[in-house]
Parts: sequence; structure tokens; C-alpha cells
Amino acid sequence: MNITQSPKTYKKPSNKSILLEFLGSMNLAISILVVLAIASIIGTVLQQNQPYNDYIIKFGPFWHEFFSGIGLYDAYSAVWFLILLGFLVLSTSVCIYRNTPVMLREMRQFRLHAKAKSLKSMKHAAVWQAEPEQVTAAHLIQKAKLYLGQFGFQLRDEVFDNHHTLVAKKGSFNRIGYILTHVGIVVICIGGLIDGNLGLKIKEWAGEIKIETRDITAKEVPAISRLKADESLSFRGSITLPEGSSSNFVFLNVRDGYLVQELPFSIELKEFRVEHYESGQPKSFESDLIIHDNEREKFETTISVNHPLIYRGYAIYQASFGDGGTQLELAVRPFFTKLSDSNQPPRIELQGEVNKKLTINTLQGKYILEFEDFKQFNIFPNEDKNINKQFINYGAMLTFKARDESGQAREFINYMSPVKLEGRYFYLTGMRATVGEDFKYLHIPVDSNASVERFFKFHAMLNDDARLLQMAQATVNSAVRAMDRGNEQMQQQVAQAMVRLTGLFRSGGYVAIDKDIKEKVPQEKQEEIAKAYMGVLQTALENMYLLVLREEGIDISKGISEADNVFFEDAVSALAGLGFYGAPFYLQLVDFKHREASGLQIARSPGKNTVYLGCLLLIIGIFMMFYIAQQRFWLMVVQAEGDGKMELIFAGSTNRNEFGFNKRYRKFSEQLKALLLDNK
Amino acid sequence: MSENVLPKQFQTQGWVKKLTLFDWLFAIALLAGSGYAYSEYASYMDEYEVGILFGSALSLIGLGWGWKPSRLLFVVVSALSLFAISIYNPAMQALAEMGVTGQAAIDILNNDKEQSKFFLKFLISSQSATMWMSALFFMATVAYFIELLGRSEFAGKVATALVWSAITMGLVGLLVRWYESYLLGDGIGYIPVSNLYEVFILFAVITAMIYLYYEMRYETRAMGGFVLLIISAAVIFLLWYHFEKGASEIKPLVPALQSYWMKIHVPTNFVGYGAFALAAMVGIVFLIKERALRHNPSGLMATRLPATDILDDVMYKSIALGFAFFTVATVLGAMWAAEAWGGYWSWDPKETWALIVWLNYAAWLHMHFTKGWRGAPMAWWAVIGLFITTFAFLGVNMFLSGLHSYGGL
Ligand code: HEM
Repeated sequence: MNITQSPKTYKKPSNKSILLEFLGSMNLAISILVVLAIASIIGTVLQQNQPYNDYIIKFGPFWHEFFSGIGLYDAYSAVWFLILLGFLVLSTSVCIYRNTPVMLREMRQFRLHAKAKSLKSMKHAAVWQAEPEQVTAAHLIQKAKLYLGQFGFQLRDEVFDNHHTLVAKKGSFNRIGYILTHVGIVVICIGGLIDGNLGLKIKEWAGEIKIETRDITAKEVPAISRLKADESLSFRGSITLPEGSSSNFVFLNVRDGYLVQELPFSIELKEFRVEHYESGQPKSFESDLIIHDNEREKFETTISVNHPLIYRGYAIYQASFGDGGTQLELAVRPFFTKLSDSNQPPRIELQGEVNKKLTINTLQGKYILEFEDFKQFNIFPNEDKNINKQFINYGAMLTFKARDESGQAREFINYMSPVKLEGRYFYLTGMRATVGEDFKYLHIPVDSNASVERFFKFHAMLNDDARLLQMAQATVNSAVRAMDRGNEQMQQQVAQAMVRLTGLFRSGGYVAIDKDIKEKVPQEKQEEIAKAYMGVLQTALENMYLLVLREEGIDISKGISEADNVFFEDAVSALAGLGFYGAPFYLQLVDFKHREASGLQIARSPGKNTVYLGCLLLIIGIFMMFYIAQQRFWLMVVQAEGDGKMELIFAGSTNRNEFGFNKRYRKFSEQLKALLLDNK
Repeated sequence: MSENVLPKQFQTQGWVKKLTLFDWLFAIALLAGSGYAYSEYASYMDEYEVGILFGSALSLIGLGWGWKPSRLLFVVVSALSLFAISIYNPAMQALAEMGVTGQAAIDILNNDKEQSKFFLKFLISSQSATMWMSALFFMATVAYFIELLGRSEFAGKVATALVWSAITMGLVGLLVRWYESYLLGDGIGYIPVSNLYEVFILFAVITAMIYLYYEMRYETRAMGGFVLLIISAAVIFLLWYHFEKGASEIKPLVPALQSYWMKIHVPTNFVGYGAFALAAMVGIVFLIKERALRHNPSGLMATRLPATDILDDVMYKSIALGFAFFTVATVLGAMWAAEAWGGYWSWDPKETWALIVWLNYAAWLHMHFTKGWRGAPMAWWAVIGLFITTFAFLGVNMFLSGLHSYGGL
């Protein structure tokens, strides 16, 4: 730092000045900048503020202890990080403290007293000669003033014993730029400190507050984990509000737990809205809020992303959204059961609520249904070339988990309305066993009433062994009658085989039949038998389907319609997949009452304006420092001694942009030389 | 001669007097254009956006007056973009009558054999303009190296012209894309500085403009090929992104990005990135030059490349420019975050990396300015700086998760 080197007589430095020297030294400053940068990297590589369990799984207990001990999970509020920041502030402050007086002095000085020798030794300097008879020094200086004045320089001249000096100065604000920049940094850090969580930390150390880590409701949180409305200067918390509910507190996430921060008012969510683009992407999130404040009148307002509400120094933001407990009307349709006594497929009605659980009993045991999410609109790109539409809305969808008695859970997504695929409508239900997988879908074809009734009736009838046997015997009988011959025992065998094959099919689809053949039939005959089996199975399914149609009252004497035919094929494909569906029932979403929840973030940062002020100083300062160059030009006219010539010394100096300055200096010196010395 | 008046040849006019008729026309056209935009679209803008509109007009006037060649650039870019829009308008209307709108209509205009408009298809639809930009940048890179290695002044002039054309096409591509996004209907329209595809175009254009400024200031083309290497790299990424990932498709903005802040935050940021990239490439030239001077002082590189102190100066100025704009951009980002996320600083990885970049260059500037460090170490540092910057720009989106994750690949 050359600017602070003032020539002084040597004195033993005091301890204080050694300390200041150290703190204000450029080496320290640069080291802090670099160390701070490296420290910041750590916090970005290691994901911050995750649940501690995730860390334990990732690093193992030993490293987890170590990392959490040195505060790596919340690096930016770790003690060592704050100390680093503190050093930056200290070092910058010392720097300002030491440099400012020197700079202000230098700004104001014109340096009229510069000696001829030092001017001549400057990087940009020229010496010219003039005839003293022709001009006077004052005259030359006057001309030079006119010339340099045009460029906006401040001018000052003084007559000395044997010389007359003119100084032109410009760009002193460069130094102000230095001061603003560095003061700006200190101001920003102070603002940041006000908004940081140091206060909270201190209270925690003092044992005044304790982080709550249990999963309990806000009401149950003990006083030691609660912060009163006026207790914290700054905080940033969040709360999820279902429609129609209100809250006068928020949760602050701290490390592996949380605190409850109370508010001096309460926020009620009247309505939450998501608007969508045609493509189904969310276009805007909006919450209609009602603020209840004992001290003021309640009022209504709407916030949205990028448009928060600022109220009494608290800023309320639209941060996220979710389901706030949509009411679900459901129907459980068990698989693998017979028709009920009223000759209908069994159907159990249920009421559910998103974010809640429900237990159901099935023939296959108990299942816990965990309703996870509900979406009213599900929009996908249209792949159907026949429709001139870019996107298709699949309608409402429910996501839930079904957990069996052994604790194993599978995840399902069910659409409420039928979806059109390849020209036909299906009820879609997807299943996956683990989170990473894609969903595998079961396509349940719709009947002429757009319902699942016929499918379930068909399925239930296939599950009724008595009916199956009846149907098989009738089938065999009519076949035999056609041949007009018979062997009672063989007839019985064929009928039984038909029942058995159908049974295999309904529990495990084609795969089960295939497996059966592989196990029981010698290899060379497998293909032949498979063909025969398929024929028998097909006949059984067809005849059972005809029974279904007949019971629906459809006249099938002239064959069946194309639509009914297609339904049959789709139904058989769906039946073949049932064994792999993963749940012994289909959960039909019958109706819903949508209730959304809005994720709000509420913050208080009294240091914000300080930070912004610092930023303003910083920015103004940086531009001043970079783009205003401090320039000085000297013109010294040295009187002739005796009858010698008059000497003109022209010199210039700048503190930045040598390259640009060089050009300017050359131009000035050429023009001045011509102006001053050319007498034509 | 009177005592108080300088002879004419020594008089200097103030900068206002130096402005030419063209300067004034340029300014009037820009103001009129923004006035027109205001009168047409005022109802769609909030007060900040009106401020941004006129603020940009004034900044462009300032840029045009301060750097004269840019005036012509803006005139040509405006003319071409308006021309493109004038073709789009009636053609889109005709298609709308046939029931085709949005992306489908744009695709038809750009590709369908019968319907396509020649100019849109081959020149100035957003995608073809961007393709032209890419091709022109590649050609310019080659031309600069021919100039350098073949000592061909003509090739140099061609190279400069190619860069100007590439910048023109890039800007036209962005402006027309802006217009196209509004054609998609249903409030989709947005300023095209909102995803990685768009900002890569912006990056190429801004870096090239900063480069051209230095090329003129220092009257040397010898750095051109090297600087264009980084631009070409960006363009290669852009093409890969376009063809492999279909990134050129215009998708509506997520709510968090619907803010006037983006309109100023992102372009400011890219002046920073562009300047840092330029500094790094000049750093490479510096290292080559220094090595050449040591090993082969009479060789091509040692004689043709600019003097080391010029290179050092360009590097310094470029980093200073980048630092100044990056500071503004980071502050703007913080103010945006305060409005969108509820806190001006969240130590989100993207923010933190911006800080890292900033601290790094602050250290560089102190070393250079106050400690007077020069030479190879500073050049190396500038090159390393680019890696840090690139990570902040791309790496964070790819490898780290955070609030900025919508900027992902
Ligand atoms: C985050 C911290 C800091 C930032 C961002 C910062 C920024 C800057 C910038 C941008 C410059 C201008 C450099 C140039 O013109 O090329 C500068 C100059 C300077 N800085 Fe810092 N600075 C910081 C901390 C410090 C500290 C801690 C010191 C004290 C050792 C310091 C002392 C100086 C000095 C002496 C100058 C030269 C001013 C002049 O002569 O014009 N800075 N600073």
C-alpha cells in the first residue's frame, strides 16, 4: 500500500500501531477474501440444514458427529464462519481508518509545490525551451489555463521565486470511491449481522431457549422452545395454512429441529388459487389472506409469488402450496371376490382426507391407506392426432400408499375420470413398489355407462367357482351335443380343466398358465398344449362375458356389437394384469371437496435497509473508483537565469488507466507545445 | 489574437457539441420507439417496468453515443426485428383464421413447405437467426486465426465484420424470440433471458461486443481468435442444447421468474460473465505471448501478439468491468430474492457461488491494483477465475440443488 507510506523519522512502533498495521495489511485482506471464498464452497458442496438422519446415512455416525460438531451442516452461521466475516469487517475498517485521512488530504491538494526535478522524473514529462523576450511566464500560464480549462480540470497556479506553476487536477472523486466502496462493505456486514441469528445463538448458549426436535403439534411445544412476538429482532419462518384456517405463529427451522415464533397478529387463509397455463404448468400462486390484529382493524389482501405483503415490519411471502386436507369420497372395489347376494360386484364406500390415514379390511388382510396428495388438474401433452389440442386434462388424481400387515407399502395413483387412450376410455390406476420406479398402469375399460361396473361384474363372476363350473359344463354340453356323442367322464374332465385354467388365469394371468404348462407337460408337447389351453380359456372367458351381457339385458342373439367386443379384449388384458397390481382392491375416487393449503414464509429483517444502503455505497463507490481517474497535469515555467532560455516543464500523472492517460498526455503535450511556443 | 480566446485548432468542443446529426436521430428514434411501446403496452406494465423501458432506452443512447459503431448495430437490429414481426403478423392472422395458433402456427411458418415465409424460414425467425449467429461466430473464429497466422489484414477485416454480423443475428434472434413468446398466447410471453438456452445467446453476444470494443480501443485484432474460442465453445454448447435437448422450445415461465427483476438482473449478470470470460482468454494470450518471448522471440506469436502490458491492461479493465457489473447484478439478485423468497440472502448455492466469484475477483483486483502484481501469475489467476465463474454459472445448476434449480439443464 503505497499511499500510507509517509516519510517519517523512525520511531519504535507502539503495540497498537503494529496491530493496526497487521489488521490493515493488504496481505491479510487478500488472505481473508480467499479463505472466505473457500469456506463458502464447503457450505455449497455439503447440503445445508437437511434432516440429521440423512447425514447419518450418508456419512456414518462418526463423521456425522464430527461434521455437526464443527457446524458444517449450518456452515454460514457456524462460529468459525462468523469469526472470518468479523475479520473481514475489522480489516476493512482498519483499512478505511488508516487510508481515509491520507486520501482526503491528497484529494484536496494540488501539489503546487512540486519541485522541477521531481516533475522531470515523472513517467509522463516533457521539457521545452522558450525565448524569454517574446513571452512572459504569466502569459504562458494564462494560455495553458485556457487550454486545459476546456477539459474540465480544476486549475490552480502560484508564482514562486524563480518559477510559476500551474496545476490542473481532475477526478478526485476516485478517492471518495475508495471510501464508499469499503464503507459499503462494512455497512453491509453490519446489516447482515442485525439480520443474522446471532441473538438466537446467544440465547441458546445461555440456555434460555431449546430447539424442539419432536414431531408434535405447535400447541404442545413447551415455552422454552417458543419465541414471543417481540423477542426476536429478525427471523425467517414458514407455515402451511390450509384454506379456512389461521395461525399466529410460524416455525423456524434450526438445525435438526425447530422453534415456534409467535406473531403479533394472526393470518387467516381465505382461499388459495393456482392458475395454470394451457400446458398445465403453474402460472401463478395466489393466497387471499385476512390479517387479524388486535390493535388494528382486520383487513383482506392477496399475495402472490414476487408480490409479498409487508405488514408492521413483517414480510409475508407466497412460498409454496400443497393439499390442505381435501375430503375424498371413495369406493373400495375388492378384487378376487364373488358377486354379492344382490348379484352385484361388492363395493364399500369410504370417506377419506388427504394427509390422513384409514384402515380397511379385505379378504387378504388389513390395509392402511395413507392419502398423500391430490391434484385437481393433470395436464399432459396430447398424443392423439385426431384432436386439435396441444394438451389434455386428465382430471383429478389421488396419490396414496397402501400398507399391508407386514408393513410393506406400495404407492398408487388413481384418476377419477376415465382417460381416452387409443380411442377408448379407461380408468387409470398406477402402482409402484419403490419410489425410484416408474408407475405401472392398469387400464380398466369403461362400460357403456362410463363406469367400472361391467368390468367388476365380469371379474366377480369369474371368481365364482360354482358359476364357473356351471358355465363350463354348459359349454362342454353344447359342444358335445353338436358332435352328438358323448362320454360323461370326459365331459366332466374338460369342464373341470376349464375351471382350473380360468382359476389360474384370474390369479396370475397368462404367466400362471405358462408356468403350469412348463411344470406339468413334457417339453415336446408344451406348444401344442399351450395352444389348446388358450383355446379353452378363451372359450371360457367369452362365454362368461356373454353371461354378463345377457344379465345386463343386452340382446346377443345376433352377435355382439363392436364396442362390446373391444371391451372384452380390454377387460381380458386388464384381468391378466391383476395378479401383479399389488393390492387386492381398486380404490375408486368417486368425488372430492378440494381444500388447498398455502405455504407462507414470514420474515422480519430490520437490517435490510442497512444492507441496501451498504450496497448502494458499494456500487457507487466501485464505479467511481474504476471509472473516474485522478489526473494531474503540471506546467512549470522556470524563469531564465541570466540570458538563458526559459524552461517549460509539462508533466502528468494518473492513478489508473495508464493506457488511456498516455494518449491524452501525448495530445496535451503536442497541443500545448504548439500553443505556447509557436508564435506565428 | 485576443487574450481570452484560443486559436481554433486548439479549441475542444464539449461532448454535447460533438454529437452529430446521426447521434441525435439515433436518440430520437430510441425515445420514440420506447414512447410508442409505452403508449401501446402501458397497461401491461407496472411502474418498474416502465422505468426499465425508458432506462434501457437511455442506456442504449448512452452506449451508442459513447461507442459510435454500436449505433448502426442497434439500427440494423431494430430494422430486421421489425421486419420479422411485420411478416409474422399477417401470416399468424391468416393461420389463426384456419384455427392454427401458438407454437403450431410458428412451426408451420418456419418449416411447412407451402406456408413458410422465405425470410422467416431462412433468415430471421428466432431459430434461424440464432443459427446464423452460430455460423457467423465460427467463421469469425477461423478468420481471426487466418489473420493472425497468415498475416492477412483482409482476413482480419472480414473477421471483424463477421463478428458484427453475428452479434446482429444473435440480437435479432433474441428480439424475435421475445415476440414469438407472446404469439404463444395465454400470458406466456416473457423476455428471453429466462433459461439457459437464451442466456447462452446473450453470453455470446455480450462477450463479442465487449471484445469488439477493446479491439477498436487497442487497434489490434490479434486477440480475436482466442476470445472467439470461448464464444465458439458457448455456441457449441448452445447447438448441442438445441439439437439434443430441444431447448429452443419456448416454455412458459414458472411464477418465481415472473418478475421485472429478471429483466435487469440477468443482463447485468451477463456483462459480468462476458467480461470475466474475455479476461480469461486474454490471460491465455498473455501466457502464450510470454512463453513465446522466452522461447522464440522472433517467432510468429512473439511478434504478432500484442505487447504484454497491453494484454495486462485489457485483462485488468475487463475484470474491473466485470466486477462492477457483477456487483450490481448480485445486489439486484439479492433484492429480487428479498421479494420472491423472503430473504435477501439465503446462502443458496447459486448465491454463495456468486459471492465466491466476487471475492475471488476482489482479491485479484487488490493484488493487481494495490500490490502491483503483474505477469503470468495474474494471467493464470484470470484463467482460473473463469473456471470458478463457469461453475457458478453452469456447475451449480448441474451439480448442486437449491432455490435456483429451475435454471437446470
Ligand atoms: C470484500 C472486501 C473488499 C472488496 C470487495 C474491496 C474492493 C476493492 C476494489 C474493487 C478496489 C479497486 C481495485 C482497483 O481499482 O482495481 C479496491 C481497492 C482498494 N482496497 Fe479494497 N476491497 C475489500 C477489502 C479491502 C480491505 C480489507 C482492505 C485493507 C487492507 C482494502 C484496501 C484497498 C485499498 C488500499 C485499495 C486501493 C484504493 C486506491 O488506491 O484507489 N480493501 N478494493
